[in-house]
Amino acid sequence: MTSTPSVELRVAVVTFPGSNCDHDCYRAAKDVLGAETYFVWHRERDLRDPDVVILPGGFSYGDYLRAGAIARFSPIMAAVRRFAENGGLVLGTCNGFQVLCEAGLLPGALVRNRSLRFVSRWVRLRVENAATPFTNAYREGQVLRIPIAHGEGNYVADEETLERLEAERRVVFRYCDADGRVTDEANPNGSMHGIAGIVNEAGNVLGLMPHPERAVEALLGSTDGAGVFESMRAHVLAGLSAAADAGLGSHSSEPVGRP
Amino acid sequence: MSERQETATAPKPRPGDPPITPELVAEHGLSPEEYARILQILGREPTYTELGVFSALWSEHCGYKNSKALLRALPTEAPWVLQGPGENAGVIDLGDGYAVAFKIESHNHPSAIEPYQGAATGVGGILRDVFTMGARPIAVLDSLRFGPLDSPRVRYLFSGVVKGIGDYANCVGIPNIGGEVYFEDAYEGNPLVNAMAIGLMRTEDLIRAEASGPGNPIMVVGARTGRDGIHGATFASEELQEGSEARRPQVQVGDPFTEKLLLEASLELIRSGHIVGIQDMGAAGLASSSSEMAARAGTGVDIDTALVPTREPGMTPYEILLSESQERMLVVAKAGHEEEVRRILEKWELEAAVIGRVTDDGMYRVRENGVVVCEIPGEQLVKGCPVYVREGVESEDAQRRRAFDPLELEPSRAMEDPTAVLVRLLASPNIASKRWVHEQYDTTVRTSTVVPPGGDAGVIRVRGTRKGIAATVDCNGRYVFLNPRRGAMIAVAEAARNLVCVGARPRAVTDNLNFGNPLKPEVYYQMREAVAGLAEACRAFGVPVVSGNVSLYNESPAGAIYPTPVVGMVGVLDDVERHLRAGFRDPGDAILLLGRNTAELGGSEYLKVVHGLVAGDVPAVDLEAEKALQEAVLELARAGLLRSAHDCAEGGLVVCLAESALADPERPLGCEVRLSDDLPPAALFFGEAQGRIVVSCAPEDVERVLETARRHGVPAARIGTVGEPGGLFIVEGAGRRIEAAAADLADAYHHALPRIMEQAVAAGE
Repeated sequence: MTSTPSVELRVAVVTFPGSNCDHDCYRAAKDVLGAETYFVWHRERDLRDPDVVILPGGFSYGDYLRAGAIARFSPIMAAVRRFAENGGLVLGTCNGFQVLCEAGLLPGALVRNRSLRFVSRWVRLRVENAATPFTNAYREGQVLRIPIAHGEGNYVADEETLERLEAERRVVFRYCDADGRVTDEANPNGSMHGIAGIVNEAGNVLGLMPHPERAVEALLGSTDGAGVFESMRAHVLAGLSAAADAGLGSHSSEPVGRP
Repeated sequence: MSERQETATAPKPRPGDPPITPELVAEHGLSPEEYARILQILGREPTYTELGVFSALWSEHCGYKNSKALLRALPTEAPWVLQGPGENAGVIDLGDGYAVAFKIESHNHPSAIEPYQGAATGVGGILRDVFTMGARPIAVLDSLRFGPLDSPRVRYLFSGVVKGIGDYANCVGIPNIGGEVYFEDAYEGNPLVNAMAIGLMRTEDLIRAEASGPGNPIMVVGARTGRDGIHGATFASEELQEGSEARRPQVQVGDPFTEKLLLEASLELIRSGHIVGIQDMGAAGLASSSSEMAARAGTGVDIDTALVPTREPGMTPYEILLSESQERMLVVAKAGHEEEVRRILEKWELEAAVIGRVTDDGMYRVRENGVVVCEIPGEQLVKGCPVYVREGVESEDAQRRRAFDPLELEPSRAMEDPTAVLVRLLASPNIASKRWVHEQYDTTVRTSTVVPPGGDAGVIRVRGTRKGIAATVDCNGRYVFLNPRRGAMIAVAEAARNLVCVGARPRAVTDNLNFGNPLKPEVYYQMREAVAGLAEACRAFGVPVVSGNVSLYNESPAGAIYPTPVVGMVGVLDDVERHLRAGFRDPGDAILLLGRNTAELGGSEYLKVVHGLVAGDVPAVDLEAEKALQEAVLELARAGLLRSAHDCAEGGLVVCLAESALADPERPLGCEVRLSDDLPPAALFFGEAQGRIVVSCAPEDVERVLETARRHGVPAARIGTVGEPGGLFIVEGAGRRIEAAAADLADAYHHALPRIMEQAVAAGE
């Protein structure tokens, strides 16, 4: 393992059979962040000491039972859970969000879109909380343009959970129109409260249906998703420098999130 | 394994095999002459198994018996062609060490009966054709035809097909970058579902589907073989009729999750160097893949069906050979590398089984538990299928329709309110925005889509290079119906124009020839003329046909479909940053027309929508003028002088202007256009003259654009100015004036299809 202090981030992208956004997440982490990025196959048990874990989109195990329902039993998920419990940053996009909900790392569930159809389009998101490890590069109320592509992205939770999410400002992204208004028309899948992304109680696990990794290049239509990656880097580096100040060094024998 | 066993005697019928009667032969789609040929080849009566194998390989779908003679006219060569027709897919050189594999294929008959699975497995099959060449699929396109949407059955087929295509490609993770959908009476009983796939590879990874090297093991990999899709190839080679519903069990069932694993495993296998050839087990399954791979290499095969992993016990050799179970591959490994192959498959949680060996005796030999049940000279099986040249006579109906002069109807009362006509055309399902379709397809996965569906062509960037790949699928079947030769030429010309409109140079073609029953002289005439038109236009544009598919017998009790030779064309952008889009960009930009307006109205959407007529001769094509136009636009694109470019097609010039103005549904732009041509109003506004592209540029660049056009000998004129978001859309000419709020036109254009389909949902469909 890296023993010398380095500003290079280590990003693990977990690949399930049927993941199809794994390469996109890999490229975004590597190209946007210059991060040391690697794949972890779902049968592995060790995440190999990352700073960030990404659960990519796709159709893990074909999603034949229920999106994400089988992936949570993968051997690697135990390591992801420990990593998250120790404060490591976990980003789940699309199917990754579904896996996080199925695995109990995030509350609620994602059910079939209101239209009952797969929906692939560019949507707008309002940044609801810019004080998370995933959104510190944005300003609150900022409107982002990012694509979605899913059949089951309709976020549902019981009233109590929703109230808690709102009260604790854990709704991080909400679907909105071009002017930042959260309207029913701007909601592409019927999600309750227009929810596009939420964090866990500790704030270190983010699940979102839109694909920030698909919005990191002007050539492809938007760079608005890059902020998610830049925010994670800023957060990790701040943590590393704090740790260095305390004489711990980076990637020491007890790194943050080591399983 | 039993490859050492000698075959002392000819194969004998298995217990339970039905006797070979003339009725059984006819049920297998073989004519008495074809059966006589079989007797001659074998020197004896075939077994039931052999009859099934001949039936599949000599079906139109596999044997091309009614089209092969015509297809020889198509150009297939160019310096950049690495693989022409005859393989799983065509391949062209992209430069920078990369090659592009692509092919289009139909799944018309299965989709007519079971739209969701029919369309889904169509996508699965075409993806396998591309990745068995060693290429990673990077994009799909779809070309669809249905009857009119006022029929609930048609809406069921349309939504089922779109969902099937979407679910399959979305799950495998391949972006859709374009397509076309037409709604015409002629497709009501027999929809067309053509899917095209494009793959990218390092040139050195190109692999062919050859069973070379006697002694090499033949392996089945991927999904297990079941009883689904038995004789699908034969089914695809007959007319749809009452009772075709009973064919539903012949429609295969797709599993995109297994496909994704198979894709990764196949690419890994190809790069591993452990195999010599690989082919998709598509139409006619094991029978065609094993015999075709051997024929290409000039070898024989000896396989045992008892060694094929099956989903259910008790399957006969006949069933195993002809099953079209999906997500299976036939692999010829290097002798002694079986374990390595198995290990790679295991990593992807897939099975691999050795089922036989390549031989040097040229025989297609199949055993069941060592007992020979089929033994046919392989070359005769694959290439001995009779080839027919038939008589073609144009139907009187088509001649009568073409002779009609639509200008007799003008000036019509409808053109007293041309704004109302424009709104009707924009809401016509053939012209209306197809967002309802595209939004069910993942278009952004793989993070390479530069121009998504909805433009003139889709564009994908090639990571690690400056290049881009553009692709489009085009065919106006109504044109081909009215004038087969010219209609087919228009399909090629329009495809090339569409590529140029995104800044790409056309490179090569894959074609999907959808026609009716070739035994009918009027259908054979359409085929002959359309293929001649394709050949002439492809030669003129220098675009060879490198792969393709023929789908005949597209008929229903109501008659044949419109002849529909779909042209899938691929182009290359040397600098993908210099791509163009169809939509106007900035208010104040100048709008220019390149090309010439004419007094033609034949075959137009205007005639159909306003006058309810499918008539008149189709617009003239001047291939030299087209080439000059396309060169001019390519030069302008490379010079970075254009803000937009959009081809004039269905609906003519005014619909083209509206599509450019309304491209962004969130920001419809106004425009002000004045046309000075002295032409009948309907023809000027809505005629479908070929060879026209509407471009926009910054006001200060107008002179340079005009000068470039002049230099290429292309008529060009500034016709107007782009307006403000939410402004007025105004077109004046021929004493008429169109004026409407851009927002209202956008509503008609963008919401027509969703309204039709959502009303259907509300009605409980």
